[in-house]
Amino acid sequence: MGWFPSPFDNLLCMLLGISFTVWFTLLLVFIIVPAIFGVSFGIRRLCMKTLIKIFEWATLRIERGAKEKKHLLYKPYTNGIIAKEPTSLEEEIKEIRRSGSSRDLGAASQEFELSDIFYFCRRGMESIMDDEVTKRFSAEELESWNLLTRSNYNFQYISLRLTVLWGLGVLIRYGFLLPLRVTLAFTGVGLLVVLTTLVGCLPNGRMKSFLSEKIHLMCYRICVRALTAIITYHDSENKPKNGGICVANHTSPIDVIILASDGCYAMVGQIHGGLMGVIQRAMVKACPHIWFERSEVKDRHLVAKRLSDHAEDKTKLPILIFPEGELLKSGVHSSAIAPLARASGLCMWAAGIGLWEASFSPAFLFLGLSSGTCINNTSVMMFKKGSFEIGATVYPVAIKYDPRFAEAFWNSSKFGMVNYLLRMMSSWAVVCSVWYLPPMHKEEGEDAVQFANRVKAAIARQGGLVDLLWDGGLKRDKVKDTFKEEQQKLYSKMLVGAQEDRSRS
Amino acid sequence: MGSSNSTLSKIPNLGRLIEETGFTPAHIKRLYKRFQALDKGNKGYLSPQDFGSVKELATNPIGDRIIGAFFSQGQETVDFHSFVRILAHFRPLDKNRAKRPDSPEPINSRISKLRFAFQLYDQDNDGKISRDELLQVLRTMLEMQVTEEQLESIADRTIQEADLDGDNAISFDEFRKVNADTFLRIPSPVTPSQITVWLIVL
Repeated sequence: MGWFPSPFDNLLCMLLGISFTVWFTLLLVFIIVPAIFGVSFGIRRLCMKTLIKIFEWATLRIERGAKEKKHLLYKPYTNGIIAKEPTSLEEEIKEIRRSGSSRDLGAASQEFELSDIFYFCRRGMESIMDDEVTKRFSAEELESWNLLTRSNYNFQYISLRLTVLWGLGVLIRYGFLLPLRVTLAFTGVGLLVVLTTLVGCLPNGRMKSFLSEKIHLMCYRICVRALTAIITYHDSENKPKNGGICVANHTSPIDVIILASDGCYAMVGQIHGGLMGVIQRAMVKACPHIWFERSEVKDRHLVAKRLSDHAEDKTKLPILIFPEGELLKSGVHSSAIAPLARASGLCMWAAGIGLWEASFSPAFLFLGLSSGTCINNTSVMMFKKGSFEIGATVYPVAIKYDPRFAEAFWNSSKFGMVNYLLRMMSSWAVVCSVWYLPPMHKEEGEDAVQFANRVKAAIARQGGLVDLLWDGGLKRDKVKDTFKEEQQKLYSKMLVGAQEDRSRS
Repeated sequence: MGSSNSTLSKIPNLGRLIEETGFTPAHIKRLYKRFQALDKGNKGYLSPQDFGSVKELATNPIGDRIIGAFFSQGQETVDFHSFVRILAHFRPLDKNRAKRPDSPEPINSRISKLRFAFQLYDQDNDGKISRDELLQVLRTMLEMQVTEEQLESIADRTIQEADLDGDNAISFDEFRKVNADTFLRIPSPVTPSQITVWLIVL
């Protein structure tokens, strides 16, 4: 007597074996091979269109259901919390006064009234409840529901069909898409390391750079498919060329993958240990990236020199840099990043969605991960004053994510990196648009801050993002004077103009 | 499936808050998110610096006073309850509220709104708007645009018109009477999920 493998076990093993083979063949044919050649079957776009239709149906269903049950629908941002009416200062104050019916409308009503304060008070309260700046930095709330409960606040039981659909969505996302994507991610990264090491053995020359370009592109494309990112590139004729610096706005850590899958860039960052370090060391064998040892980072001159050397060498790839956002976490000093940031002489700003709370770009993410710290305000300030030592051509790039499919914004205070990646991979897809803007040079007589603002404005305009000059408390005193004056001017024009009339008559 | 309820469950004394302020659960949830967004260090309360990140408040001439209105005497922090209570002043009037003699004055009644505005003027809380306090407000609203003499003449005229008992200051009753004639601004139809900020003066 013993344990005999029953025929069922054999059958099971066979089935498993077959399904794995089928799985990998499909993977190879539909995903990896196209990635190698940079073509696409268009399957993803088809899925995208189908999904949009389903989302619209789901949203309508929720709204209908809520109306039936008389639940208050938590309607996302159309105008924000407040029903703001865009009236001017003068109109509103007049109306507040005019509602005192016993008064005569004339010069007398143009004088100061105790009720005038109400206008300013109301404006103030409106802005406390809901303002442009802070609004941008929480995750954009959706008009339509994308079958992810993480982005929906209204989810209560509405109908069986909706719940079934949602359940099906969960099944597909976690049961099918997630394993697929994780496999792809591992494949992509693994291939990158292996192949770049192999290419690194070749002697420097045209062959080597040609091969390394192809390999980098291929592996990044696999990673892009690992996230199911559907990217639309606009204006590819403005793609960054050698000997320049590519600057993009930063929403999420996957920005670098998105850009790098369309062109070859030299990355900037600090060397890590562990898996990251292995990847970095492999990459640098194939083509020159700029990795710094931790000790080197503190030496700003060395950093600046290396960056400018690289940028001046026309045969080298364009440097990819994400301007950092300002991090409002208090108390923690950065030792590593501030010198690097200062030394590279680039100016930073907070542009685009999510930059406020976001951690660093992937290029600088390496720094962030190792030192686990954030910039404090003074570093960013010093940054802005840093001179543009490199003086190379700047190629701005605008990246904009479609929030309907996945929440690309990474709230680094809430989620860690792995958590974020898992969320990305278990969403439907990452849909984004990339615009390559024409190159910009620093003009004569322009200082670094102005140049930075110019570039930032161009990026913001293209991406339809709000161009935020606001520094979040940094320059509060200065703002008080200039902007407040405008309000005061408007108000006084109303009053003083009337007084003059009165004295004349 | 419970994401909507988990936020509300984090708020202590939710029922009492709803009753006192008259906000709906959806409003409160929205305000809670706003509170969290303003609370940069995740401290659970707001300090005056947190209000500094609101850009439009900094460009508002009486921005500092508005911020000060959130912090009661000597306090350096404002928790979520107080935050919501202050904002509740600006809810539209409940037109059909039955007048129960024993119930406390609702936060968004006309009197409460007036009192809020009065306190913006009366910074030392002595119950009167003195000439100096009025001048201070005028100065922040007009600053460089008018001369000191013009400011003083405006202040004098205002007190003259409002002051009934001749003490050269405006008490709350006089303030009410001056604004007695300004009537309700009829709000346009508002969906329940949007909070409209109206200051109704009467």
